[in-house]
Amino acid sequence: MVIDSINNGIVIDHITSGKSMTLYKFLNLDKLTCSVAIIKNAPSSKNGKKDIIKIDELIDIDVDVLGYLDPGVSVNTIKDGKIVSKFNPELPERLVDVIKCKNPRCISQDEQELTHIFKLTDREKRIYRCIYCESKAK
Amino acid sequence: MSSVIDILDLSTEEIEELISVACDIIENPDKYAEKCKRKKLATLFFEPSTRTRLSFEAAMYELGGNVIGFSAANNSSAAKGESVSDTVRTVSCYADIIAMRHPKEGAPLVASMATDIPIINAGDGGHNHPTQTLADLLTIYREKGSFENLTVGLCGDLKFGRTVHSLINALSRYSGIKFVLISPEELKLPDYVTNNVIIKNNIPYEVTTDLIASMPKLDILYMTRVQRERFFNEQDYIRLKDSYILTPDKLSEAKADLSIMHPLPRVNEISVAVDKDPRACYFKQVLNGKYIRMALILKLLGVE
Repeated sequence: MVIDSINNGIVIDHITSGKSMTLYKFLNLDKLTCSVAIIKNAPSSKNGKKDIIKIDELIDIDVDVLGYLDPGVSVNTIKDGKIVSKFNPELPERLVDVIKCKNPRCISQDEQELTHIFKLTDREKRIYRCIYCESKAK
Repeated sequence: MSSVIDILDLSTEEIEELISVACDIIENPDKYAEKCKRKKLATLFFEPSTRTRLSFEAAMYELGGNVIGFSAANNSSAAKGESVSDTVRTVSCYADIIAMRHPKEGAPLVASMATDIPIINAGDGGHNHPTQTLADLLTIYREKGSFENLTVGLCGDLKFGRTVHSLINALSRYSGIKFVLISPEELKLPDYVTNNVIIKNNIPYEVTTDLIASMPKLDILYMTRVQRERFFNEQDYIRLKDSYILTPDKLSEAKADLSIMHPLPRVNEISVAVDKDPRACYFKQVLNGKYIRMALILKLLGVE
């Protein structure tokens, strides 16, 4: 299967197989007007299979979303057909308006236009807690 | 220190400073009688409370200040759907400091993000109640002389009891503390408190359902109420509310210098007969609560 290479844009590589649509949704890629290619189940020497997202435009990617949802990905920036930067997002210390608290007793369920913030409380176990009620992110 | 939302907002040094001021207030009340003259405390109680609200109000009056506020959400603009942030921004135009109780967890934190005046969390649902913890700490200090080398039994509703969680957080910063967690299986201390506070700080603890067997080893017995409002299911409440009732006979094996504490109000978990026991400290806690709130108001207002 052949997907055109991009000249100027972003390639999110090494996405855990099956997670590309989740990233697509959380990164709000549906709002873009440029070409976006989602490649599912591409061969991967490391994990057997991987997903890839190619975005045919240089945009700001929310690396916190990537770090939270799939910390193994790599983000390649392409300029004039060449990779000019490559990095692996880390688990972010804070998540701002990425996920919402599910605790029915939390103020974030009621308060109008409140920013939903979670903080990383256990890096090893990847546990995030709501800053308002301290409930664990689900 | 600009607001106090969680007991952990206060360092051990700040807590000790508050305790020192509270002790000075107890010794020299006249010295503090006009410290907050022309200052206003707003008590924003979106949920009913007798003790805490009156304690804050008495504290402010004894400092020579004034009090405005409301005592139930239906007496406020919250009933019209106003957000916590908007209510607090409005009240900040009238008051110098706010004490807030709210049924939703995290509401006082939201309030503190919306204003520059100090916010004191006077209880947010089953989450935090730092001034109760300060009252508990002042009581322990006055009864025991220090926070170190104490075996502290916590009994009753350890799952929803916010005062228990805050007290564990506060005492975990001192050396020689041991916890005995006494509760029915259904109301055990949540794992996140056990793991993130007790185990993380390498504090010895035991989990038991047996109040009587635990009694001889305790320096402090902190009883809690099984609260009806924390249950989604009335039948669960009725089944568990009488699980642990302290009576004089259960104290027969207790230490002579045990301190029996309770955040109050009690329903029936401590028999009235225990009130006569010199080891009962729960009404002293109420009085200490007023003094420590006075110290906290002074500190947050920057009044020397």
